[in-house]
Amino acid sequence: MIQDDLPAIFRDFNPLEDRMLRVIDDEGNVINKELFPELDDDSIIDAYKQMYYERTADEMAISYQRQGRMYTFTPNLGQEAIHIAAGMNIRKEDWLVPAFREMGTLLSKGVTMKEMFLFYLGNEHGGSFKNVSKTLPIAISIGTQLHHATGIGYSIKYQKKNEAVFTFIGDGGTSEGDFSEALNFAGVWQVPIIFTIQNNQYAISVPVKSQTKSVNLAVKSVAFGIPGIKVDGNDFFAMYLAYKTASEYALSGKGPMLIEAYTYRLGAHTTSDDPSKYRKKEEEEEWALVDPLLRLERYMKKMDIWNIDKEKLRDEYKQEIDAQFVSAEKEKAYKIDDIFDYMYTDMPEDFKRQKGAYEQFLSWKENRK
Amino acid sequence: MSVMTIVKAINNALDIKLNEDRSVVIYGEDVGVEGGVFRVTEGLQKKYGVERVFDSPLAESGIVGTALGMAVSGLRPIVELQFDGFTYPAFNQIASNVSRMQNRSRGKYTVPMVIRFPYGGGVNALEHHSDSPEALFAHLPGLKVVIPSTPHDAKGLMISAIESEDPVIFMEPKRIYRAIKQEVTDDKFSIPLGKAKVIQEGTDVTLVAFGAMIRESQKAIEMAKEAGISVELIDLRSIYPIDRQTIGESVRKTGRMIIVAEAHESFSVGSELIAIANEEAFLHLEAPPRRVMGYDTVVPLAQGEKYYIISPERIFYEIEKTVNF
Repeated sequence: MIQDDLPAIFRDFNPLEDRMLRVIDDEGNVINKELFPELDDDSIIDAYKQMYYERTADEMAISYQRQGRMYTFTPNLGQEAIHIAAGMNIRKEDWLVPAFREMGTLLSKGVTMKEMFLFYLGNEHGGSFKNVSKTLPIAISIGTQLHHATGIGYSIKYQKKNEAVFTFIGDGGTSEGDFSEALNFAGVWQVPIIFTIQNNQYAISVPVKSQTKSVNLAVKSVAFGIPGIKVDGNDFFAMYLAYKTASEYALSGKGPMLIEAYTYRLGAHTTSDDPSKYRKKEEEEEWALVDPLLRLERYMKKMDIWNIDKEKLRDEYKQEIDAQFVSAEKEKAYKIDDIFDYMYTDMPEDFKRQKGAYEQFLSWKENRK
Repeated sequence: MSVMTIVKAINNALDIKLNEDRSVVIYGEDVGVEGGVFRVTEGLQKKYGVERVFDSPLAESGIVGTALGMAVSGLRPIVELQFDGFTYPAFNQIASNVSRMQNRSRGKYTVPMVIRFPYGGGVNALEHHSDSPEALFAHLPGLKVVIPSTPHDAKGLMISAIESEDPVIFMEPKRIYRAIKQEVTDDKFSIPLGKAKVIQEGTDVTLVAFGAMIRESQKAIEMAKEAGISVELIDLRSIYPIDRQTIGESVRKTGRMIIVAEAHESFSVGSELIAIANEEAFLHLEAPPRRVMGYDTVVPLAQGEKYYIISPERIFYEIEKTVNF
């Protein structure tokens, strides 16, 4: 199964042996010098800031939801290294096919917090990401998006374009039939896709051990003839290296790759979820010690490139994010046309009849006053 | 002009679109080398190559889901699902994504794709090979559902389906795939989606049918003619959008309506047509609208199918009952 032209890390970190790619340890020490990606200090500082922005935006979104100003939200807490490493490797001409917990990658692609907020305020205009090309809307129907990514991969190959597709799924999603089908189609078609499994240990309340007997999730690639690798998802440098390698591989026409990003969801599944029902406080505390932001900060301090005033940065971000939230709150009112206008390219007569009936009711209601 | 069966007419429509539009690709199970189990795609792989007409892995959800990905990224995929009963594994992709992507993306992405499959009973087949699931798809917002009954219509409707920016479910009546031969022009032409066709005008009762049931209805109409009953026959052609206007006009004229369809009667296209008759022609009705349709049971295997299949006699029996109500 192991191809000769496979990048070294995919051979050295064979998922069949349950090895995990790490570049820095929990304390921020470089443990794999030869694997350290080519990144200058400014890029590393920028990566930290992006992760910190995502973290701040997340905390604010949760707070807006708690204040009753926003509906259900899906926090990204603890998974920022994955999102920003992907975001730094995805180019404008590449496709992003998200699941629903990749906010940082969406922001990297050009989506704004205002759009994210609008979506979580219940407005499709936010979730369409219509100002950002080659980015599908958030996929709530677990696993189905991997097929869309694979079909896009076929288009890219067919049209002889130099593009890659970045797509995401969670650990629970790997149990869906569409996960296996998509890896199979992508393998047969040899299309340029980077599949990421964000293994954050829980599908709402169900732990990974209840999803699969597999030794890890990356190993699922083996049966489909696709290179797979398990990566420390809280190690920004390991994630960056994995994405860099996989996107080069995809863009050189060699086909798809699967990355299992081994991480932990520090927050709740959604704002309606209470993790204390299914996991222990000690476990959460243990993982909080290896928070990807902390690990990157420790590295930067050791390397003496830390120049960030977190308090100041946080205030700056909060102000900017709040302005975007307020702007989303003030978005023009949702019209009845917004329900009907986008279902078909030419509106069926039945829609006109149904909308007309509602408008008649409205005018009756108006006259009744 | 050439003499064509429905199989040949669809093949011809696919050929025309493959030839004029490089964004058209066709795939599914056995559609390549074999040309499909019913030979609808015969010869197309040889003519257009394996990149454009190809066999995919055997997974209906994957076939439909990947087609959605292609449709949002510049291609116009046409996928074949091998049988009506094999559409169910693809149902999640169709209901959750294909039908919704345009709305979800606020029109940023359209979904120009066709899902075609043979449907219907009367061919002594195995289980899952005789279903008529048109109501399942017509009920989903965002889809167009089309069923031809003649070679001419099959060609013209398929051209429209491929050119539609909206996803189209194209159901092919397998029972009459090769049973009807018709002169069809070799040139390109299209038939608009959403328009029913009055096949035969009449004054006593409106018969609404589609697919393989048109031919059975025509036989029943001959029997009715001998009995002195004048029947108006409407071929629905598009299940959704449904041509409410043509139905309404006809029922206002005849005052009676019978729907002939193979699918299970309850919660069916027949039920929808009765609602339309009530809404559009209530004060003109002289008899309750009737459904001559399949039972609310699974379509039986070959031995039991004779009880399930709708015969011209049964249609005539219902015509007579309705006219004499």
